[in-house]
Amino acid sequence: MITWPILSVTTFLPLVGALIVYLSRGDDEAARRNSRWIALWTTLITFAVSVILVMRFDAGNPDFQFVEKANWLATGITYHMGVDGISLPLVILTTAVMPFCIIASWKAITKRVREYMMAFLILETLMIGTFSALDLVLFYLFFEGGLIPMFLIIGVWGGPRRVYASFKFFLYTLLGSVLMLLAIMALYWNGGTTDIPTLMHTAVPRSLQTWAWLAFFASFAVKMPMWPVHTWLPDAHVEAPTAGSVVLAAIMLKMGGYGFLRFSLPMFPLASHDFAPLMFTLSAIAIVYTSLVALMQEDMKKLIAYSSVAHMGFVTMGIFAGTMQGVAGGVFQMISHGIVSGALFLCVGVVYDRLHTREIAAYGGLVNRMPLYALTFMVFTMANVGLPGTSGFVGEFMTLLGTFKVSIPTAFFATFGVILSACYALWLYRKVVFGALVKPSLASMKDLTFRECLTLFPMIALTILFGVYPKPVLDMSAASVQQLVNNYNTAVTAVKAAALLQ
Amino acid sequence: MNFVTAGYQLAPVLPEIVLAIGAMALLMLGAYRGQGTTGAVTSLAVVLLVVVGVLEYMLPAGKQVTFGGSFIVDDFARFMKILALIGSAVTLVLSTEFLSDPSRRIFEYAILVLLSTLGMMVLISAGDLISLYLGLELMSLALYVVAASNRDNAKSTEAGLKYFVLGALSSGMLLYGASLIYGFTGTVSFTGIAAVATVSNVGLVFGLVFLLVGLCFKVSAVPFHMWTPDVYEGAPTPVTAFFASAPKVAALAVFTRVTLTAFPGIVSQWQQILVFVSIASMALGSFAAIGQSNIKRLMAYSSIGHMGFALVGLASGTVEGAQGVLMYIVIYVAMTLGSFSIILAMRRNGHAVEQISDFAGLSRTNPLLAFMFAMLLFSLAGIPPLAGFFAKWYVFVAAIKANLFTLAVVGVLTSVVGCYYYLSIVKTMYFEEPAGQVDPVRVEVKTVLAVFGLFNILFALFAGPVVSVASAAAKSLF
Repeated sequence: MITWPILSVTTFLPLVGALIVYLSRGDDEAARRNSRWIALWTTLITFAVSVILVMRFDAGNPDFQFVEKANWLATGITYHMGVDGISLPLVILTTAVMPFCIIASWKAITKRVREYMMAFLILETLMIGTFSALDLVLFYLFFEGGLIPMFLIIGVWGGPRRVYASFKFFLYTLLGSVLMLLAIMALYWNGGTTDIPTLMHTAVPRSLQTWAWLAFFASFAVKMPMWPVHTWLPDAHVEAPTAGSVVLAAIMLKMGGYGFLRFSLPMFPLASHDFAPLMFTLSAIAIVYTSLVALMQEDMKKLIAYSSVAHMGFVTMGIFAGTMQGVAGGVFQMISHGIVSGALFLCVGVVYDRLHTREIAAYGGLVNRMPLYALTFMVFTMANVGLPGTSGFVGEFMTLLGTFKVSIPTAFFATFGVILSACYALWLYRKVVFGALVKPSLASMKDLTFRECLTLFPMIALTILFGVYPKPVLDMSAASVQQLVNNYNTAVTAVKAAALLQ
Repeated sequence: MNFVTAGYQLAPVLPEIVLAIGAMALLMLGAYRGQGTTGAVTSLAVVLLVVVGVLEYMLPAGKQVTFGGSFIVDDFARFMKILALIGSAVTLVLSTEFLSDPSRRIFEYAILVLLSTLGMMVLISAGDLISLYLGLELMSLALYVVAASNRDNAKSTEAGLKYFVLGALSSGMLLYGASLIYGFTGTVSFTGIAAVATVSNVGLVFGLVFLLVGLCFKVSAVPFHMWTPDVYEGAPTPVTAFFASAPKVAALAVFTRVTLTAFPGIVSQWQQILVFVSIASMALGSFAAIGQSNIKRLMAYSSIGHMGFALVGLASGTVEGAQGVLMYIVIYVAMTLGSFSIILAMRRNGHAVEQISDFAGLSRTNPLLAFMFAMLLFSLAGIPPLAGFFAKWYVFVAAIKANLFTLAVVGVLTSVVGCYYYLSIVKTMYFEEPAGQVDPVRVEVKTVLAVFGLFNILFALFAGPVVSVASAAAKSLF
């Protein structure tokens, strides 16, 4: 039996780490090294604790597990935490990616290291909390709180246009979220509580469903991001430091998809069904349009950012298909994209640290000097394309399969995205890695260091493992996804039957 | 305790009596011993305020009425009075530095703050229009003088004069409204008005509008806000901190009490006024602050916006709304006092600096100060998990329940606009190069900052008890 609040410990451990980093005073080299090591150990221990969650997790049980409940604010707002098969993979993704972020910042960040590590650790707490909160107010607290450290990370340690990018990121996301906040309040008065499991079984009137769905959509569509509200993402990605981009792409984008799965589908099934065509259209446009935009990019990070938008299109498409394959594929695609896009940003970081430019035109022929790097980059490029045998394939295939049953045109257009992703990803790879090494600035490029191998090789292993054997992730989420899909279909069918009777 | 005079219970008024006598005694001390006693008088004034606060807290629970219904002590009054006392006491503590300058040794300053606080307490407990006006004038007259307390400074004098002229105008309007209300209802007591004013007639609504105009002026809600930026900028900084905290508490308290206990029968009449006023305040507070370069002027627009948010709760006219107002004002006072303690801490070479550009790179020169200010600014912007988020949550949740959807949507959207200028200050502190060292921060400023800064950051941990107290206080109005 669980004797200690394991989920809260996972959530708040990084915060304790941040406090320890704060207490380690000083600004000399030794202090910097200390804060790096403290941050690394904190993220590693957090990961270790989260592994206990996986081991004790009962995959056959579709309900919330490791539930903790305590009084917080009066009148129906409680401190309620718990995970199910949909949120646990995302929690693990978060705890697993963070150590890589710390290692990736080891040499790249030289100024204000202490504050940097504190910002990342606080961000980790807020991200884990977002995925494991079972109370709407608590969720909103974590969800929005994450803006503060990310704003500072982009603004303090970012590139030349960091101020613009950080403001755009913050205000864009906030604008979407405040509308969701009003919807949360409306749900509170409708159900008398903000407890998520209770609200999932509370009937919401049709008109409120529509408005609340739209309000939640405003928030999650920006966070995801979906076309046409994706424009903050390329700016934020380009200006953020490498680790910041990794966190954004690998974890923060998933909050949108998680929100759709946790709130929109179970709480507003009728509205979700009504708006599914809208979601299909937006997803298909996102997949095709942003892939085309990606083809025209001159900046490596921007290209990957646009490809992220396209890949998130598969997730929204799969989720709103409302079929077992679609939703499970959406969850899997989120995990896979978390690993692959995170790794791609790390790959860009590797060459950026050496040459301090992200312009595609500045590179070429890197394979001659950096064979190991060429291989690594190749694996992740292929995973990004969705080559069978990599994790990218499984997610895209399942979401397409799930959508095909519901909307053939959407699946048809979305499949173009697979082809287009091959175009831009392979084009990027050819421009950067292949060709003759003619540029003098590249002549002294060194191959991957041990530290870089440490961040990239585990990700290669995971990409290929989940590509050929996706069962662990799929099994973990199967029961919860099944329950979600069943409830959704029951609600939709009931209304259709009632409509037929009249 | 069983004080009775001329047939009236005096026990509920005990804190006010102690404050009045104490203020007189300190005035005597100062008058006979001269300006050398400024420090002693100020310290004793703080002690007096604390004593009065304790007395207020120890009054027997439940609702007590005295002077024939003119003076009400209930949970709501106790809550607001203690908050106003805290505001006054803290601003007196923050004034130590200002008063220590040899050219500004004015012991009257502390006395005026005490008398103004006495006015606030009468105002908060007002049960009829007469005691409302008495309290309001006692509070305001003392404030006019305090605004001009930096006698040799033209800006300070201008601020005092401006405040006085406009304040007198608003008092006139309020009095005119009160007389109309008396004329059409035949009574000045709130409960009496409530019994008569069940259907609206033109004369009564006219009176109500004039009364609300006077009150809007005191909380500096748009369109009666014009004095605020000038007075905030011109007055000495500790005085500005005082203006932004305690008088706002009192004015908002009487605003709530008048609308909810005297005019519950014609909610629809004052609700539309409040909806307009709060939308206008939130919008102006957000947009006009963007162009400001002086931090005190910016705080003035920020406080206009915040009063708009607080009035959102009142506009809903429900228990939840009153609770929202209470939560908002508690958190607002904490955020304001915290922010002003930082503005007071910003001194270079012995001189106060007030431009936003002076904050450049503060995160490098004084990281803790910058961090606290950044958190306060995020909180003022309403970003969770800081205190400011809970303030907004409780007013908007009331508005949603009262079906004021337009108000709520406009409110949250203006809060995003407002976020822009708070972020700009964070940007100045964190993203820009340092503008030079800051003088060591005085210990009393540090203490105030630590208390309110931590309150702001850790509010989520102890929000539960605060919510229950506010909820009980709100229920006592109904």
